[in-house]
Amino acid sequence: MRLEKRTHSSSAALVLAPLGAVLFTLLISALLVLWAGAPVGRTYGLLLQGGFGSVFAWSETLTRAIPLMLTGLAAAVAFKARLFNIGAEGQLYMGALAAVAVGGLHGGTGFDLPPALLFVLMMLAAALAGALLLLGPALMKARLGVDEVVTTLLLNFIVLLLVSLMLDGPMKDPTAMGWPQSVVLLGDLELAKLIPQTRVHTGLLWACALAVGLWALMKYTVLGFDIRAVGANARAAAFAGVPVTRTVVLVALLSGGLAGLAGAIEVAGRTSYLTLDMSPGYGYSGIVIAMLAGLHPLGVMLGSVFVAGVLVGADSMSRVVGVPTFIADVIVAASLISVLVATLLTQYRVRWQ
Amino acid sequence: MSEFLDILANPAFWVAVLRIATPLILGTLGVLLCERAGVLNLGIEGIMVAGAFTGWLAVYLGAPLWLGVAVAALTGAALGLLHAFLTVGLALSQHVSGLGITLLATALSYYGYRVSFPKVSTPPTITPFAAMDWLGLPVLAQQTPLTLLALLLVPVIAYVLYKTPVGLAVRMVGENPQAAEGQGVSVAAVRTGAIVAGSALMGVAGSFLTLSAFNAFFFNMVNGRGWICVALVVFASWRPGKALLGALLFAFFDALQLRLQQMGDAVLPYQLYLMLPYVLSIVALVLVARKASYPQALMKPYRKGER
Repeated sequence: MRLEKRTHSSSAALVLAPLGAVLFTLLISALLVLWAGAPVGRTYGLLLQGGFGSVFAWSETLTRAIPLMLTGLAAAVAFKARLFNIGAEGQLYMGALAAVAVGGLHGGTGFDLPPALLFVLMMLAAALAGALLLLGPALMKARLGVDEVVTTLLLNFIVLLLVSLMLDGPMKDPTAMGWPQSVVLLGDLELAKLIPQTRVHTGLLWACALAVGLWALMKYTVLGFDIRAVGANARAAAFAGVPVTRTVVLVALLSGGLAGLAGAIEVAGRTSYLTLDMSPGYGYSGIVIAMLAGLHPLGVMLGSVFVAGVLVGADSMSRVVGVPTFIADVIVAASLISVLVATLLTQYRVRWQ
Repeated sequence: MSEFLDILANPAFWVAVLRIATPLILGTLGVLLCERAGVLNLGIEGIMVAGAFTGWLAVYLGAPLWLGVAVAALTGAALGLLHAFLTVGLALSQHVSGLGITLLATALSYYGYRVSFPKVSTPPTITPFAAMDWLGLPVLAQQTPLTLLALLLVPVIAYVLYKTPVGLAVRMVGENPQAAEGQGVSVAAVRTGAIVAGSALMGVAGSFLTLSAFNAFFFNMVNGRGWICVALVVFASWRPGKALLGALLFAFFDALQLRLQQMGDAVLPYQLYLMLPYVLSIVALVLVARKASYPQALMKPYRKGER
């Protein structure tokens, strides 16, 4: 089998390919639904309804989409520069840890700042914590040639243990009846609700603004150009005078910062304290979303709503027909693979010989 | 200090070291085979989960233990074939394809487990491999046959890689696919074969967890062991002998960490001990980074006729 570059790929194909791939995934996954002994039509209907069928469903989906959008952007910007940041999960927890440290630990005895200033400090601390966590692997990659995939992955495990250590010790909430749970954020620092009586909060606006901002940065700034050049061909970029190491470092700060913010916004918008199970793998799902979106920041907005809807819909569907919620993870992972293949086929023709 | 020596003098400690090392040896050999042919396989974490699940399920449904191992190997091989199709056939990013396979294999295994056992609270168990008392050797006699298999595979794979035409073809394809193609070697066929064989080993590595180390399947039971194998293979400079050494060294620290933690009067929080294996992996990566001799074509897709 051989691949032949297409001379021309229609823009309709570029849009239809991912949609077709997702449909194909749903068809294949139907076999798994049948295996669980549930009616396919009703199961998918319930999944759709649970994710997108009502104001409540939408509010839950959008709530879930907020951290996914931010980790998706984190992965998109890093992957664009070929910095394979698989550590968004750890960066998210570091951001949440920093947010709780700034916004919860002073307990009235420490610094007495106006809430608005404290809020800004909290978000900056979170972004910085996430950024610094990725800086190490990025520098090790640039200077020593250590593969960043493995180092960022291993750091995820280390960070989770660090969070566990903090929640057992210095940052443990003494009033939490022994649960490993952090102190609670100051009430003033919590994000307002977008729709009353639901959980969706103004973090959604922050995430969307960051997506648009990142899109503009990629499209209209020198840094954006450098990032794309380094991603396309680092050696050629260096030859053309692009500061490769500096660009990789900036990308690491940006990517880690976005993932760190995801943690802080999740704490400030949804939980108000940090637990060890705060993220059901938002960092890893962010990678899938970025790939589904073809690393496009605006596509990440759509992709995160799609993935969040599938996850939320699967929860409510599972309660009714008893198909395990893991079907959502299967659909998301299989979508990733089939979208990659479909996108490739818009650019290449397969010749069998 | 004397406590430390007591630990080292206890045969049970060395039994634990070898047990912890077994899945790492098998997994590292699997990664090594793929990478020697020039393909990174980040699917290992998910392939280990899938091997642990299908091997265990086969035995639970009545298959003999060794058939369970074969099922796990076949599961790994099938997932390897998918990885080969994506990375060799379609030349997609090896990073992304591998991560996709890890996510897919993990999700499918967990889904399969939940569909098969919808309402169990305690995980169903099987009778796992027994220790090889008949062997009569200290430490090794207390291991299960899969450990022996892992140890035997090290010289076998080293022999195949360095002394046979197949091994030469694998190494050539990993170093210089253009030259290999010029010699009449099919790059696609050799890479596909190496990935399938390596992934089968990863499946067996996973099955060790459910068929030897434990007797049940748990969520998160692989818990990063696959990623450790990816780090170990760099530490081993892609050599089977050093891979064995690395896995044993790593298992030594892991077992030590467990003992220190169990000694009760914990000087440090237990999380610090648990961090040790991951920190060591990163340290090892940094230490060998400068002189790491990556297979030259690693992660570079090869398209016939393209340069």
